[in-house]
Order: sequence, then structure tokens, then C-alpha cells
Amino acid sequence: MNALLASAPALPLDEAGKYVAGAYIVFVLLLVIYVAIMAAKLQRMERELRELAGFAEQRKAEPAVPEREEVSA
Amino acid sequence: MYGKGLRPLSIASVVAIATALSLVFFYAPLDGDQGFIQKIFYLHVPLAITALVGFVIGGVFAVLHLRSGDRRWDAYSYVSIHMSVIFGVAVLVTGSIWAKASWGHWWVWDEPTLVSFLIVFLMYATYYPFRYAIEDPERQARYASVFAITAGAFVPLNFMAVRMAQSLVHPRVFATTNGGLPGSMMFTFLVCLAAVALLWVTLVKFELTAKSTSGQIKRLRRALDAPAPGSSSRIAPEVS
Amino acid sequence: MTPSRTAFATILAKDLRAELRSLQSLPAMALFATTTFVIFRFGLDRTSLSGSLAAGVLWATLLFAALLGVNRLFVAEREEGGFDAIRLAPIDRSALFAAKATALFAYLLVLELVVVPIFALFFLGSAVALPPLLSVLVLADLGLAATGTLISSMAVHSRARDLLGPLVLLPLVVPLMIAATGASEPLLAVGGPGYHRFGTWLAVLSLYDLIFLLVGYAVFDFLLED
Repeated sequence: MNALLASAPALPLDEAGKYVAGAYIVFVLLLVIYVAIMAAKLQRMERELRELAGFAEQRKAEPAVPEREEVSA
Repeated sequence: MYGKGLRPLSIASVVAIATALSLVFFYAPLDGDQGFIQKIFYLHVPLAITALVGFVIGGVFAVLHLRSGDRRWDAYSYVSIHMSVIFGVAVLVTGSIWAKASWGHWWVWDEPTLVSFLIVFLMYATYYPFRYAIEDPERQARYASVFAITAGAFVPLNFMAVRMAQSLVHPRVFATTNGGLPGSMMFTFLVCLAAVALLWVTLVKFELTAKSTSGQIKRLRRALDAPAPGSSSRIAPEVS
Repeated sequence: MTPSRTAFATILAKDLRAELRSLQSLPAMALFATTTFVIFRFGLDRTSLSGSLAAGVLWATLLFAALLGVNRLFVAEREEGGFDAIRLAPIDRSALFAAKATALFAYLLVLELVVVPIFALFFLGSAVALPPLLSVLVLADLGLAATGTLISSMAVHSRARDLLGPLVLLPLVVPLMIAATGASEPLLAVGGPGYHRFGTWLAVLSLYDLIFLLVGYAVFDFLLED
């Protein structure tokens, strides 16, 4: 197994570090982007709920409203 | 209730990831041949395994959906595949970074596992335009399940075929991690695998909770006869 | 309930008759493949091909011709309301899958019986590789028929059905193409047909066929429920 691994050269530590860091940073970035997208969704949901709550309260406060007026022919 | 259990799951994920990262950088020994570059594998391989298992899980949920007709299974299937595709992006990018570090090229065709994964990724990437193109929601769910099952059957076949296509002249650069790893590396690898898998489960649950909440809001909106807002997503199945 | 065999035979006969009657697409597909060969001749700047290059050109061309032709069996059916008639009939849906897959298989085989000799004429020195190539073609066609039927049956109910079928089908048939070209490459070698790993590749093709025929047979019921 080590013979197989030997076909890939080992870079000096400082150069290698950049690549390793890059890989882990990509992972973190993807995670953060996902969080940001979910945050946007959450904001939208909050806005909609607020709107719906207002709507519901409004409906509760109104006296019974008759259905649409009949259009007489 | 999808949100139940989300908190303990996320806490577990955070702990697992923190532990994994510490092990990778402070405990696992430096590889004799690849040097520091080898540390990328602690991230890349668990991501790949998790994504592939995630695809298979998506297929299993699809089978359950077709057998029961319960659309919730379809939502689970969709989110599993969706999350695995996202993890798949991470697999390909980290794989590419490893290729650049090891071979000097941002992509190599010599690594059969990476190539197989690319093909699997391309397959599942077509899941979205496929779903989006079918308008009737019930039919969309059924067809998506058929897709998930077909693609699930495709994954092992693909890995086998690509592996066989490798010319015997080119040595495989990265033999499977499970062969001949020293104990400390294996332990680190397993912790990383557990951490990534936990993360996947947490994110899937998170996504399902968000969908469910969104579905409840729509339901509330309908019950109140309130006017609808802008267009809703037609790709993603609703959860109520 | 109509016995499956009767249903299978009836639908198959209908499809084949429809194809024979229309006869449009087979010559068109053959023409498409021939012109593609000409494009390859100039694109690669080669007048003769062998080995991996020959296998690649042949299979890429066959695949794209198949992709173009695959939708035809379903698009016409849908537009003439054939699907609705079949859905109302009390037959086993899986018989429908078997019938359609067989019709597609026959279609692909006939196409290849025309196109492959043309390929040999254009690029190969002799036709000596053609008989063993036939076994590869048959097995590959089985796989294409199974996956093509399965995916097209779904794609036909979508918007952008012309794009969706090929889009989903193409990655799906990659293992098939790997095996087909793997088997064909030694056959088309310069010195005469070689059989390096021929049996192995045929086994892979057979496995692919088996799996997707089974999957198609098992899930087809769920495609036509409404």
C-alpha cells in the first residue's frame, strides 16, 4: 500500500498546508452558504407568519361580513 | 414533528466535528509518503462515503414512497438526494484540490473512485431538471421515486465499470483507506466519518423541518383564505 | 384480466407495425449516423480508425442516434393518445414495459445492422471484426432498450421532453458505454480482432442489462398509475 502511495510526491509543509487549508475552507464555506440560505428562508417564513397573524386578527375583529354582493342581472 | 430531536443532533454534530478536527491536526501522525497533503483525505473520503450512502438512502425512501403512496417519504427522498448532491460538490472540490496538490493538475482521470463519483454526481444532478419538468405534483413525486431507485441501482454498477476501465498500467494512487492504515489514522478516519455522517443527518432533519414549517404556513394561509404571496418553488415537494 | 403474454404480443405487434408503417425514423437515424461519421472523419482528420478511437467513434455515434430515436416510440404514442387507451385496458403494466423495450431493442438492432457496416466501410480495413462485435451490440442494445424505455416513459410526460430524455439517460448509460467500448476496442485493433477481457466486459454488459430490465419491470406499474 505504501508503494502505491509513493507515486504521489510529498510537498514541503508550507506549500502542502495551503492545499489542506483550502480543502477545509471549502467545506466550511459550503456549510456557511447553506446556513445563509436557510437564514433567508427563515426570514421569509417569519415575514409570512407575521402577515398571516395580522390577517387572522383582522378577520377576528371584523363583524360578520356578508359574502360578495349578488350581481343582479 | 420534524424539529424534534434537532437540537441534540446539532449539538452532537458540533462535538463530533470539533473532536474530528482536533484528531486530524493534533493526533493523527503525518503520512510517510504523501506528507501533510494526506490530511485532505480525512475530509474528502468521509464526505464521499456519506454522499453515496445518502443517495442509497434516497433510493430506499423512494421505494417506501412507491409502496405506501405516502408523500412524506418522497420529501425524505428528495431531501436526502439534495443534501447528498451538496455534499457531492464538496467531494469533487476537495478531490480536485487533492489532485492539484498530488499531481499538479486540478483534475486527473487516473483516480477511478473520483471519476466514478463525478459520473454519479452528474447523474443525480439531472434529478432537479427532471423533477422540475413534471408539473403534476403527484406524478412528479412518483417519477422522482422511480428516478431515485434507478439511480440507486446505477451507483454500484458505475463504480464497478469505471474501476474496470482503469488501465492496469496506471497504479492507483489512493488505495482504499481501509487497507493497512495504522491504528491512529484509522481511528481518526472513523471519527471523521461519524462526524460527517452526523452532520448530514442533522442538515437533512433541518431541511425537512424548514419544509414542514413552510408547508404549515401554506396550510394556514389556505385556511384563512389569505391571498398567496409570490411563486412557490415547484421543484421541491411540499411537506405538511 | 388479459394474460400478460397476449398483452405483450399485441402491444409489441402494434409498435412494430407502427414503425414499419411510418418507416420515417429508421432511415433518418441511419442518415444521421452516417453524416456523424463524416463529421468525425474531418473532426479527427483521420481516414481510418482502429482500437480505442474506432470504438469511441462508433459507440458515441450509435448512442446519440439511439437517444434521438428513443423518444420516438413514446412521443408518437402520447400524442395519439395511445397511452390513455392502454391505461384503461386491464392489462399488466409490466407487459407494456416488456413490449416497449422489445420494440426499442428491435429498432436499435435494425439501425445498427445498417450503420455498423457503413462504419466498417468508412473506417475499418475489413469486416472481420463485425461478427464478434454483434454480440457486443446485442447486449448493449438490451441495456439501452431497458433504460431508454424506462426514462422515456417518464420524460414524455414532462415539459421539454426532447431534452429531458437524453439528459437523464446519458449519465445512466455510462457504465454500458464503458463496457461496450471496452469490449470493442480490442476487436477493432489494427492487427485483427483481439479478445482481451472480452468475456469480462460481456459479463458487465449482461449484469447491467439484468439489473435495469428488472428495475424497469418492477417499477413500470408506478409510471402509469393515474
